[in-house]
Amino acid sequence: MTSTTDFQNETANMPDDSFLQGVKDCVPTLLGYISIGLAFGVVGSASGLSVFEIALLTILIYAGSAQFIFCALLLTNSPASAIIVTIFVVNLRHLLMSLTLAPHFTRYSMLRNVGFGTLLTDETFGVAVTKQMQSGKLHGKWMDGLNITAYSFWILSCVTGAYLGQWVATPEKWGLDFALVAMFVALLVLQLNSVGKSKIMHYLMLIGYMVVIMYGLSYIVPSHVAVLLSTVIVATIGVVTDK
Amino acid sequence: MTTTTTTMVWLIIGCALVTWLPRIIPFIFVRNVKLPEVVLKWLSFIPVCILSALVIENLLDTESGKIVTLNWPVLITFVPTLIIAIVTKSLSITVVAGVIIMAAVRFFM
Repeated sequence: MTSTTDFQNETANMPDDSFLQGVKDCVPTLLGYISIGLAFGVVGSASGLSVFEIALLTILIYAGSAQFIFCALLLTNSPASAIIVTIFVVNLRHLLMSLTLAPHFTRYSMLRNVGFGTLLTDETFGVAVTKQMQSGKLHGKWMDGLNITAYSFWILSCVTGAYLGQWVATPEKWGLDFALVAMFVALLVLQLNSVGKSKIMHYLMLIGYMVVIMYGLSYIVPSHVAVLLSTVIVATIGVVTDK
Repeated sequence: MTTTTTTMVWLIIGCALVTWLPRIIPFIFVRNVKLPEVVLKWLSFIPVCILSALVIENLLDTESGKIVTLNWPVLITFVPTLIIAIVTKSLSITVVAGVIIMAAVRFFM
């Protein structure tokens, strides 16, 4: 199995910037995509969506949390405007992720940049920033390999889930919903691992702020808004307290 | 199977647009603008902040009461998962171990 720690070791026998390396670096995230995708398909069909509608949602929206919330709002008969506004806010964190990655791809054409942005997800963002931190540079072909693998598996899993929807009840029972959290934990550890000893205390302090601010904000705003606001606040604290 | 209405297709397209724009706009504009040093510094903190936010979001239970409490099954799974991540520094091992621990925790709780 490939892990992100293999990034540096594999550069010797494999070009770091290849499409295939991007595919390989996507592999550890696939369990997350597959389990959440299957779960979404099941939830989608339970919410009364047809397989065609689930496929359309998956291909066009391509964001787990937004797709789940779409189903939830549909079930409560929310008006279209409310659904669109909520989906916008839920996914606004991608603006920050995209802003973080974009400076590393300015040497590529506009069209390719739109492509990188279109296929951006929490998972590919996590893998890409970790790669960037470890190897210093991001390559277009590598990014395409990562993105296209993730996108294909997401579509396949969601549609499979939609078909399975009639038979499988709760995917949570198998612990598969935790795949995503476990992945964020591992990506966070890998990030901290590569910031260096001198900065680690500063980063741990920022995570402390994140816990407090996330908790506080959870009382007043929905959790997806809390994610967005606390990230903006704590990144600013990071700049101010940086020596 | 329900029939797909035109309204549903438009609703999905609307949602697709509002999720697409935040993803691509920075990729379009950053090409032409040189970001100031302080913005780049700010962006360097985003990965750790956003990843911890996504973890913390799952550790909190905001739905079952007026008070925000901890989601105990997730927290109990989180601790060994974090240790495994620190020790192995492997994405694959952490994900597989996390899923197995979560299933075990749900089974015994």
